Amino acid sequence: MTDHAAQAETLVLDDVTKSFGAVAALRSGSLRVRPGSIHALVGENGAGKSTLVKIVAGVYRRDSGEFLFQGQPVDFGSTAESKAAGIAVIYQEPTLFPDLSVTENIFMGRQPLGSGRRIDRARMHAEAEGLFARLGVHIDPRRPARGLSIADQQIIEIAKAISLDASLLIMDEPTAALSGVEVERLFAVARSLRDEGRALVFISHRFEEVFDLCDTVTVMRDGSYVSTKAIAETTVDQLVAEMVGREVSELFPKTPAEIGDVVLDVRGLSTAGVFHDVSFQVRAGEIVALAGLVGAGRSEIARAVFGVDAYDDGSVELLGKRVPPRNPRAAIRAGMAFVPEDRRKQGLVTEASVARNVAGVIRRGLTTAGLLTGRAENRAARPWAGRLEVKTSALDMNAATMSGGNQQKVVIAKWLATEPTLLIIDEPTRGIDVGTKSEVHRLLSDLAGQGLAILMISSELPEVLGMADRVLVVCEGRITADIARDDATPENVMRAATNAAGTDPNPTTTGAEVPA
Amino acid sequence: MTTLTQTPGGTGTPTPGPRTYADYSRPFWQRVVLSREFAVIALLIAAIVYSRSQVDYFSGPQTMYYLFRDSASILLLALPMTAIIVTGEIDLSVASTVGLTSVAFGMLHVDAGLSVVVAALVAIAIGALCGAFNGFLVAYVGLPSIAVTIGTLALFRGIAAGLLGTESRTDFPDSWTDLAKERIIEDQPYPMILIPFVVLAVLFALLLHFSPFGRGVYEIGLNDEAAHFTGVDVARTKAILFVLAGTVAGFVGIYTTLVTGVARAENSVGLELQVIAAVLLGGVSIFGGRGALPGVIAGVLLIGVIQRAMLLNGQTINVINIVIGVLLVLSVMSTSLLALGRNVVSASKGARSSGRSSDSAGKRSLS
Repeated sequence: MTDHAAQAETLVLDDVTKSFGAVAALRSGSLRVRPGSIHALVGENGAGKSTLVKIVAGVYRRDSGEFLFQGQPVDFGSTAESKAAGIAVIYQEPTLFPDLSVTENIFMGRQPLGSGRRIDRARMHAEAEGLFARLGVHIDPRRPARGLSIADQQIIEIAKAISLDASLLIMDEPTAALSGVEVERLFAVARSLRDEGRALVFISHRFEEVFDLCDTVTVMRDGSYVSTKAIAETTVDQLVAEMVGREVSELFPKTPAEIGDVVLDVRGLSTAGVFHDVSFQVRAGEIVALAGLVGAGRSEIARAVFGVDAYDDGSVELLGKRVPPRNPRAAIRAGMAFVPEDRRKQGLVTEASVARNVAGVIRRGLTTAGLLTGRAENRAARPWAGRLEVKTSALDMNAATMSGGNQQKVVIAKWLATEPTLLIIDEPTRGIDVGTKSEVHRLLSDLAGQGLAILMISSELPEVLGMADRVLVVCEGRITADIARDDATPENVMRAATNAAGTDPNPTTTGAEVPA
Repeated sequence: MTTLTQTPGGTGTPTPGPRTYADYSRPFWQRVVLSREFAVIALLIAAIVYSRSQVDYFSGPQTMYYLFRDSASILLLALPMTAIIVTGEIDLSVASTVGLTSVAFGMLHVDAGLSVVVAALVAIAIGALCGAFNGFLVAYVGLPSIAVTIGTLALFRGIAAGLLGTESRTDFPDSWTDLAKERIIEDQPYPMILIPFVVLAVLFALLLHFSPFGRGVYEIGLNDEAAHFTGVDVARTKAILFVLAGTVAGFVGIYTTLVTGVARAENSVGLELQVIAAVLLGGVSIFGGRGALPGVIAGVLLIGVIQRAMLLNGQTINVINIVIGVLLVLSVMSTSLLALGRNVVSASKGARSSGRSSDSAGKRSLS
């Protein structure tokens, strides 16, 4: 890690920590970036890369640790401060003002003024043209930002950074939505910036890009620094091993269950630009995990199967019967349950009581003569709250007052109350404490043991490997691997997820143009 | 948010093992007395008691009769309006629907020669159609209800004016116009219209507070995304409520025509704002998800009592409007102040209120 310490480093982060409540997002983040270098930052989901970047960008304040920028200790309280210091961050999806012109976007908030304090448009356009010429791209500075491709929007963000004379550029997965040609152009720009002596940080899940573009690579895992190496001295295998590097077998014991008949049969499910030709089956007693990187399309597949979202093509069958598309109610009636990704927004009504949330799906069956009383809801909710050991003083307490783990129990209780045959559970343990986490894992294992078919989506590799009987890896909207429990290793899942083993670095439909 | 008192629901054996839960964190009387509905009802009773003792002629035989008769339209329209506002939507076109159905009823009976009953049924169907139009645009096309119903507010009134211009139809059988004004029991202050109102009020109360459909209505208001994920058909629920609003507005159109004896396009101009004001005064949150019918009914009557008492006291309508306006602002403020107080309390208790406030902020920006 001290290999390059001799040179004056643009950015030094040493043992930086950041916690959100009880969750430590960053335990010990370290990063040293030299001027004139393109530095890769890699790690699996939740490794703390984004938190680190947000601390550098001034979005978060670190809890402790050293943070030097150009040799000076800094402590940014806002993104404006970090920008003023010379740090530019380019996100995966740029945030431009769609109705303003390209030039106006570049000079937002610091427009050059002419006589009488009027904005000097001519000078602005000339400067913008100069910037684009320097970057070697052709974008009309007068056109509105709306309708520009993601790639062009990123170029505009970069132009903005150069016009600010940023000495550090951080690119957070800039290539995720770009096509091959666009990636090449971006890399050419990045290299020319490097040659000007600026420091660049490049975050990517695509190893071939990391090896193509970068000269140094830092690996993070579980919120901590792992290693920094020169690209020439490392290999893909080494990086993958370092990204995963931990013993996982003992963490989440899933008891073997008898695998029964096919419960869920998904065939050729496609939605343009989101996922393509997705086919898989889930059997009774089986836990199938959809693994992959954030944004690979896993949640979207689950939402389409349950009918919350529409899909363009394909079919979903439950116990041999076709489940109509875009109709969650029909899916529920057929025997599906869906614990969604975002508890507070999708999983439950936080402003409603525990009882109403738990009885929320089954309430149509609780009526007497068509009438539903609070008493009936309480009676129905009580055993399920008890079974999941929801911690609350009374059934009329608002779910908003509860901890994340308890809220998750309420969501699971509400779906188990429907006595489903298939449980789809998206990020079962995200943002909940360790104790509740293992409770949820034990519960899922028990449920599978009782013959429930479970489709689990998880961004935590240990969870996937510990719980799943079968791992389906989703990469860029396609299922790229189907790995049985015994064969699944962190390495082969990670490889399939990042497409590192893939033959084609850019398959199809990646250059989806997103309307600004 | 008081502490847990001895729980009637939980069995008295705190042995380890399966958890037991109390049904409620507060005793019954607290849940009743500390609700907003109760505050409005208490205010209504206080206003009646005060007016009867202090305002001349208020306790006279005609006062309450006219109070009920004149408030009937607002009472009726407030029922579906409550449900719509609970979902976080609004219907500004109800009074225009009243005008249109009034004109349609008059023309169908007088010009087309249909019997009163048939003409009324057709007029109610027209009202339902108006509601369905609103509902389609709001629920299925996904347009904001405030914009849609401002449009149909003008549209429906415009159609009514186009049909009848500045003319009016007054040729209705006396038996029907008398029925609209009659009292249920001789010398009692209860007009006939209270019978359909009570029936509808009970039906709406059951629908909103004692049915799975009603639970969905509240869930949509609190978090429509979660409602969708739970299998509530958000679009259909909203569409049904708009159709109900149109249907009730059609009924009110007929009542208004018969009780005044005139079918014309200008009937009930501006009534929608009185309806919405009363609903909000009754404790329904404009952001959706909160409120109950008893409070709304008390809110309508409270406005009626204050108006009548002040009129009898010789105040001008302007002063009355000022008083009611101030009352409404105070009532809306009281919700915010109450919520603020609750947040302060829960924050000082160290409860997780951050996510909650951000949730409601998100909700607000959506609406």
